[in-house]
Amino acid sequence: MSEVVTDGRSAQAQGLGGSGDPSSPRGVRAGFSPRRPAQAGATGSRRRLSPWWGALLPLALLGVWQLITSTGAYPASQLPSPAAVVRAAGDLWERGLLQQHIAISAQRVFVGFGLGAAAGLVVGSLVGLSRWADALLGPTIGALRAVPSLAWVPLLLLWIGLGEPPKLTLVAIGAFFPVFTTTASALRHVDANLVEAGRAFGLRGVSLLTQVQLPAAVPAVIAGLRLALAQAWLFLVAAELLASSIGLGYLLTESVNNGRTDRIFLAIITLAVLGKLSDAVVGLFERWALKRWA
Amino acid sequence: MRVRLEGVGRRFGDHVVLDGVDLDVAPGEVVALLGPSGCGKSTLLRAVAGLDGVDGGRVLLDDGAVRDHDPRCAIAFQEPRLLPWRSLTGNVALGLPRGTAKRAGEQRVAELLDVVGLSGFAGHRPRSVSGGMAQRTALARALARRPGVLVLDEPFAALDALTRLTMQDLLLDVLAATPTTVLLVTHDVDEALHLADRVVVLGREEGHDGARVVRTTAVDLAHPRDRGDAHLASLRAELLELLGVPRA
Ligand SMILES: Nc1ncnc2c1ncn2[C@@H]1O[C@H](COP(=O)(O)OP(=O)(O)OP(=O)(O)O)[C@@H](O)[C@H]1O
Ligand SMILES: [Mg+2]
Repeated sequence: MSEVVTDGRSAQAQGLGGSGDPSSPRGVRAGFSPRRPAQAGATGSRRRLSPWWGALLPLALLGVWQLITSTGAYPASQLPSPAAVVRAAGDLWERGLLQQHIAISAQRVFVGFGLGAAAGLVVGSLVGLSRWADALLGPTIGALRAVPSLAWVPLLLLWIGLGEPPKLTLVAIGAFFPVFTTTASALRHVDANLVEAGRAFGLRGVSLLTQVQLPAAVPAVIAGLRLALAQAWLFLVAAELLASSIGLGYLLTESVNNGRTDRIFLAIITLAVLGKLSDAVVGLFERWALKRWA
Repeated sequence: MRVRLEGVGRRFGDHVVLDGVDLDVAPGEVVALLGPSGCGKSTLLRAVAGLDGVDGGRVLLDDGAVRDHDPRCAIAFQEPRLLPWRSLTGNVALGLPRGTAKRAGEQRVAELLDVVGLSGFAGHRPRSVSGGMAQRTALARALARRPGVLVLDEPFAALDALTRLTMQDLLLDVLAATPTTVLLVTHDVDEALHLADRVVVLGREEGHDGARVVRTTAVDLAHPRDRGDAHLASLRAELLELLGVPRA
């Protein structure tokens, strides 16, 4: 199970895998072999390659980029050189602006993500565990989910005004849905065999929930959190593009307006790096949790 | 504990699975259930364990009708059904009666893991042990509460032939030490004859859609039994013929 779970479905398949194989051949094997190594082979891990291989493509792209700019085929206003982007970064950094953009954007992502994920966990648990909540809330949430992120912006501005709250709300909306969906579906699809086993040993109600249903849902929920974090960054840029005076999304729009292509590149690369970094952190947590729970 | 089934019926939609099953198991008696695949053996056990209702008749444990799961009853399912996030120790501990003191519980769990030969794997997760080891863990979990009624659904099916024989004798040892009423489903006629005081065959009868008891065979032979016993051999031939395996 070292395969990274990327969505609710595969996580659910994992849950189902838990029940043994009733059709296994009986009495076919003759040897006394109680210490037969486990199904490890079946679920076994593809050996991980060094993460440095992942740096190969970006480095190659960097090389190509440098080559193209050094031929002078494109003007700097269309394609600045890597050095120009580094200079732009240095310039903004010295004036303390880059740090500010990064700090405020990261803060928005994490606060918004925290709010949205918490709400997603609570509502997702409700809908996943209660048929009533599912019937009442399910369709509405499904419809809201279909609304593209940018469509929320005018309403949020209208209702919540300028400043931080509308941006945090938008990021929270983005983080809410992946967590909600995976949590609800994971709880709904907890292996019925395991639940019955829990009941057979006297668990019910809250004890069944905490000892069987929630732990069984943990891997899928963590996969959902990871998706939610990625989505939070997407929604952050949507929020900052439209109405803000600071942040990486703002840096992007402002640079478009000023024709600073080097800064556009800088903003995009910074977003990519930050998104990847935060994802890697959650990825580590996910691996730890899968080992612990699955 | 005494287990009584009186005209038990169970259907899933139009599909009648059980149709008037009568069975009376005396306290401390070991009854083996045989029957073709899909005839409703597991369904019957789930009704006894209070995990599933019945559509007709009743199930009684010591004269009390079974409504919900009864803490005096323990079950080992056809599949191990271990909680994947708990170690084998944690899984066996799930079987302890509510309110067991921590120390006593730990001791009991360690003891049981030793009984099923898994002491060396106490800290392992179910995913890292074999199917047979998982099945033995499930058996230990069922034994943990010293149940009045032990319900076993093909508990040794996933074991290799030799481990199976070892585990059968081990179960007999456990039962000799703590007399327990046992309802055991198996597909293995030899296993039934080795373990049971009575072998009950479920099957279809003329005029009934679902399964009912079609034969009860007492196995009057004291333990320890010789697997090659001539009387057992004649009972085996009889049962195999009833189950549709022609005589050679
Ligand atoms: N929850 C359920 N819903 C619908 N049908 C069911 C359900 N549980 C069991 N059945 C049906 O009841 C019949 C008996 O199932 P059961 O598992 O009791 O058989 P079994 O005798 O234990 O078979 P096996 O020897 O293969 O384990 C089967 O036809 C099965 O499809
Ligand atoms: Mg069965």
